[in-house]
Formats: sequence, structure tokens, C-alpha cells
Amino acid sequence: MLDKYFAKKRRDSLIFCAIMISLTLGAIIITEYDVVKGFTSIVKAAEWTSSNFYPDEKAMNRLPDILDSLTETVLVSIAATTVAALFALLFAMLGSSTTGVSGVFSSLSRGVASLFRNIDVAAWSMILLFSFGQNVLTGYFALFFGSFGFLTRAFMEAIDEVSSSSVEALRATGASYFSIIFQSVIPTSVPLLLSWILFMVETNIRHATIVGILTGTGIGFLFSLYYKSLNYSSASLLVIVIVITILLIEYISNYIRRVIL
Amino acid sequence: MATLLEFKNVSKQYSKDTKALSDVNFAVNEGEFVSIIGPSGAGKSTLLRCINRMIEASSGEIIFDGANVTEFKIRELKRLRTRIGMIFQHYNLVNRLSVIENVLHGRLGYKSTLAGVLGIYNEEEKRQAYSILRILGLEDHIYKRCDQLSGGQKQRVGIARALVQDPKMLLCDEPIASLDPNASKIIMDHLRNISSSMGITVLINLHQVDVAIKYSDRIIGVNKGTVVYDGPPEEIKANELRSIYGIEAEELLVNQGANHAG
Repeated sequence: MLDKYFAKKRRDSLIFCAIMISLTLGAIIITEYDVVKGFTSIVKAAEWTSSNFYPDEKAMNRLPDILDSLTETVLVSIAATTVAALFALLFAMLGSSTTGVSGVFSSLSRGVASLFRNIDVAAWSMILLFSFGQNVLTGYFALFFGSFGFLTRAFMEAIDEVSSSSVEALRATGASYFSIIFQSVIPTSVPLLLSWILFMVETNIRHATIVGILTGTGIGFLFSLYYKSLNYSSASLLVIVIVITILLIEYISNYIRRVIL
Repeated sequence: MATLLEFKNVSKQYSKDTKALSDVNFAVNEGEFVSIIGPSGAGKSTLLRCINRMIEASSGEIIFDGANVTEFKIRELKRLRTRIGMIFQHYNLVNRLSVIENVLHGRLGYKSTLAGVLGIYNEEEKRQAYSILRILGLEDHIYKRCDQLSGGQKQRVGIARALVQDPKMLLCDEPIASLDPNASKIIMDHLRNISSSMGITVLINLHQVDVAIKYSDRIIGVNKGTVVYDGPPEEIKANELRSIYGIEAEELLVNQGANHAG
């Protein structure tokens, strides 16, 4: 019996490895991907980058423009996240099993959240481009919808995880629904919710670049403009500025997390 | 003495095959201290939660203070819950709030939604909360956050939250199951003291037979959803234990007795 158990476990891992290897090989064959060429071209890419992709003096003159559109992008990301968080909180309350009022609302809000979550921000940008055109609003809504779906799901789990026990206690005292929400659910889950919001702000600033390229707004637009006009040095400066911004935001949000948790 | 609580043929069916309670009958008098003992999964928690309808009984009548609680509409149910305090194994406090805020949560059942949402409590309620905390020996920790307290202190906050409700009855769901013997003794002494000095009826689920025997006026033994013993603690002997827990329990009692002797 014991022998069989371990033999079965070994066989299962072998089968798993075999499947992974054949999937990888299959993908390589179907896409006609040349592994050797793929790795050797990394060196070439590095060569090209070091000879073209660095900021020069002319690029530095463009810094004020870059910072302008960067500010816009950061603010749009933050605005999209915070407003999405408000809506997400409402939907999460309705969808959570601890605070939900009925099964119908719960599955409805879970359904809406998963629909919004499973459409990528890039796809949202393309869809919204038709309705709003090349506009800051397009980028804003693309980030808003993506964040809304993701945050609803994350909030739902956070609420269920941390507050079910104190909710039970307050229900047993005869407290009303809204008293329970404001006296128990929100105080217990606020650090987790804030942590998710900070994560979403970071992610949205990263996404803002691609959304900008697609919708022609903010820092992403500037990037594609420089890049397409072969102004590689300005484009490289822009990339550096974005990376610094993201690191900075990450540092700030880690600091905030340490303080609130 | 007047009957405060009465179970009449109460059953609870979770799904087709799992019956948590079947045909439970017993009564509790006002001011009595009653322990419910029985193996894990016997239906003790379900039984307790049927009283304040945190769990709905499937059939039967539960009479509390002269009224059948199973027929209560939502407004009556909330009023019922304000008169029954509940204490939990894992304390179920809002850990990020202070001791006093957690205790005052016991008053939420008496408040309008707006006052409850904003957490507005009047002077008298605060005084009452403070005096209860003093009785329980927590006056030095009022403004501490609950996550800084020990298990025994957290449970005392749980008791304070229940007492500030001005309850007629306390339901205690294994209040000492996560506590060390020392803290357990403090909690049990407080509960016993509450029962005798304030005249509050206490119904308590316990895993420790020796503790139940030492503190209770009466013991109810539950096994597989039915009441198998209902009588004074002195009459719990090997035979009774066998019918409540099955065959091994007598040795267990001897061992537990030895542990608590010191």
C-alpha cells in the first residue's frame, strides 16, 4: 500500500514533467521559433541599445515636456484607481459572503467584476477609443474599468478573510447592517484595502504607458511620438523617467504599508 | 424559579444526511449556570446559536422569556439579540480598535442606524462600559488596541462587550478552549460571579468535563444531536460519561482531574 502510494506520486510527477516538455517543444515547432537565434540576438539588442538608446543633451531640453505629461499620467492613474476603489468597495460588500445581502446580488456583482477583470486594459483602451476618441478620458476609463474588476475581487476576499468573526459577534448583539459595516468590516479590513489600492496605483502607472500608446494620451503618447520619429535619445530619457517614477511610487507605498499595518 | 429558556422538540438539519440536532428538549431557569458538554461535532455550537437565531432551527419551538423566538420577525429578532450576550472561542473582537470601542459595540443593538454607523455613544453608556471593565480588571487597558492584549484579556473584553448589553442571558461558545489553565480559571470565575451576583443566566459549551462539574448548577450532555444527560454535576459518573463521550472518557476525566489539581 505504502509502496504503491509513493510509486503513484513519482509517476504523477513524471507525467507532469513530460507534459510540460512536450508543450514547450510543441510551441517551439509550431511557431518556428529558433531558440539559438533568440538567445544570440539578445547580445545584438544590447549593442543597439547602448549605441542609440541613451539620453543626450537635446533630450534633456525636452525634460519639462516629459515631466508635464508624466504628471498627467500619474494623476490620471491615481484618480482612476481611487474612484474605481469606491465602486469596487460597494460591489465587494454586495458580493462577499460575510456582508452580502442575498445570493442574487452576490452572483451578479461577482459576474460583473469578473467580466471587467478579464478584459485587459489594452483591450479596454481599444474598445473605448471608438466611443471617446483620442482623449484623456479614454485612458482614464480604460484604467478605471480594469482596476474596478480587479479591486472588487481583491476586496471581496479581503473582507471575507479578516472580518467574518467580528461580523458574527456584532450580528449577535442585534446591531443593524450598516452599523456592522462601519464598526466592524471597515475598521478590520482597511489596511488590506489600502494595500490593494496602493498596489493598483503602481500597476496603473505601469499600464498607463501602454494605454497612452494605444489611446494617444499622456506619457505613452509622447513615447510613441519620439520613437516613431526616430528620436531614440528622448525616448530613452522618457523610459528612465518612468522607471524612476515607478520605483519612487513603490517606495512610497511600501512606506505607507509599513505604517498602517 | 421561573423558566427563562425552553427547547421543545428542536431539530436542525443542515443537509439531507447531516442532522445536527434531533428532537432536543430541555429547560433553563432564570439565573441558572448550565454547561453543555459533549464530543466535537455533537451539535453544541448549533444548539447555542439556535437560541439567538444565528442559525435557524429546522423545526420545534424555542421559548425565551415567554415568547417563541423561531417566529420572530426581523425587528423582534434584533430586540431579542440585544437581550442575549454572546461570547466566542476566538473572542471575535475588532482587533484594530481599542478595548473601550469593542466593549461599546455591545450597545449597537440599541442604536439607530445613523448613531451606530457614526459610533455615537452617550455619557452613561461610556460610564457603564468603564465600570464593567473595572469589574473585569481591565481598567488599565481601556485605550489599548485589542491586538496588544493576551488571550485571557481578549476574552474579558468579549465578556465586557456582552455585559454592556444588559443581557438576561449569556451564551458562551467554548470560551476557554483557546486559553491556558490560568486564564481559563480567571474567565470561569468571572462567568460564575456574573451569574450569581448579577442574576444573569449562563449557558456555556465546554470541552473540559472537570471545569463543567466544578462550576455548573446543572449539566446537559449532548451526543450526536440528542440530549443524553440532563442533571446535577454531582451525578456525572463513569456511566454517564460513557453515554456522552463513548468508551474512553473515564480515563480522560481522571487525567484531567490530576492536571487541574495543582
